[in-house]
Amino acid sequence: MGIYTIESIRQLTYDTYEMTLSGDMSWIKAPGQFVNIKIDGFFLRRPLSVCDIDDRYMTLIFKVAGEGTKALSMMKVSSQLDILCGLGNGYDINVSISEPLLIGGGCGVPPLYYLAKTLKNKGITPSVVLGFNKKEDVFYEDKFKALGCNVCVCTVDGSYGYIGLVTDIMDMFDYDYTFSCGPEGMLKAIYDKSIVSGQFSFEERMGCGFGACMGCTCKTKYGYKRICKDGPVLFKEEILW
Amino acid sequence: MVNLSVNLSGLTLSNPIIPASGCFGYGKEFSEYYDINILGSFCMKGTTKEPRFGNETPRIAESSSGMLNSVGLQNPGIEHVVQQELKEIRAYYSKPVIANISGFSVEEYEYCVRRLRGIDNVGLIEVNISCPNVEQGGMSFGTDPEMAAKVTKAVVKVADKPVYVKLTPNVTDITEIAKACESEGASGICAINTLSAMRIDIKKQKPVLANITGGLSGPAVFPVALRMVYQLYKEIKIPIIGIGGISKVEDVIEMMMAGATAVQIGSLNLVDPYICKTIINQLPGMLEQLGIDDINKIVGAAHR
Repeated sequence: MGIYTIESIRQLTYDTYEMTLSGDMSWIKAPGQFVNIKIDGFFLRRPLSVCDIDDRYMTLIFKVAGEGTKALSMMKVSSQLDILCGLGNGYDINVSISEPLLIGGGCGVPPLYYLAKTLKNKGITPSVVLGFNKKEDVFYEDKFKALGCNVCVCTVDGSYGYIGLVTDIMDMFDYDYTFSCGPEGMLKAIYDKSIVSGQFSFEERMGCGFGACMGCTCKTKYGYKRICKDGPVLFKEEILW
Repeated sequence: MVNLSVNLSGLTLSNPIIPASGCFGYGKEFSEYYDINILGSFCMKGTTKEPRFGNETPRIAESSSGMLNSVGLQNPGIEHVVQQELKEIRAYYSKPVIANISGFSVEEYEYCVRRLRGIDNVGLIEVNISCPNVEQGGMSFGTDPEMAAKVTKAVVKVADKPVYVKLTPNVTDITEIAKACESEGASGICAINTLSAMRIDIKKQKPVLANITGGLSGPAVFPVALRMVYQLYKEIKIPIIGIGGISKVEDVIEMMMAGATAVQIGSLNLVDPYICKTIINQLPGMLEQLGIDDINKIVGAAHR
């Protein structure tokens, strides 16, 4: 846990914000981990996945979903936040893969960016499928392209990119593994469609975010797991829907 | 030097700060944040005879100055707790812990307490007759003085450690229940468990919690808990562990002045994993400011 300073806040879409923070980044060990932010006036912290990180800064992207994230979006540059950092298991990139496909839906897109960067550093350039509801929701397409990834964007209403769901376009790529993050319905559709193995990052209402309260437990083939501590990333082989 | 040590029916604690059941797991997650040996003791996640998954998710909702949970006693069962958790705890916590026991029948309570006999790192047994999140058992034992007496009598008979009974605030008169427990040999009373509550998602027009209702905890309930501990202190002679919404060192002092010999800190651990450490560090200074050299002197001070 620590105190982090807001270095920048930028509006990406009408309801989505990108925040950069400085502070102790040593807690974060893997892409797909998340942080839990204390916001004045709210009892529970707000969990947000880490979008990018280096030695000094981390980038978080969040959608204004309620009062808490609204307050967060209105915070001023150079103000400070109390953050529990480096939570959850994150994606395991030490799996034997050569052509991974990264699939993100809406708020599930951010953690895939740091994952793509990490894979890139390992010499693996992933392909990326990003799904949004409509044109106004799209963000980070250019950022993934700048990493050298093949990127395909689709929108549910067809107002930008391909029309349809991520599962309608994922087979445009050759892939031997999937890394995904997004709403549970999307994850299930990917699970059903893909014949290869993969890792799926889940979302659940959490109490603590570090494994103490049993608020976010799910059933897996290998017993009960806490989304916040044993997840949020689960392997395809262990998931029970 | 201010004396912080308190005595719970023969069990001496180096200070009165105890993380509450269900908000501290088996302590392992917190031991990654700080050395938890500074705690007076800690209360393990509630244990039942058989393993339980608990309720469906969502199990957590927020409210002003608090939260609701409907976890529903998720736990790996008494056998696993005895064979694994209680052994593993020794690696990071060297003092006796408090074992919180729940059941769906008098026999189940009795079974679990019997199973804890002879285990030397359990210093005290907290009998939970107040869980609002399970259909049968749980709170139904805690809302009826006769049932509370029955459970207490059965567990006291088989326990080789002091038995404290954890009570629900969801009753007309908590002192009636406490007196029933006291008369059947309870060594102490823990009060209070969570308040039965609910939230509705206005966009979905549905309850937030899959279980519909849950237990409210956090600073919102502190004044309610304080009032009940105050009432209990007037009516019973056995020690009280005060629980409910404690979030700062001043709350600990208030709770003890109302009559608590020790306190448990619950949901605050979930939002600030360092809260117990912070409070333990602040206690001596706070007492010095009040001109108190022994924390025991403030127990029940508000009654004098």
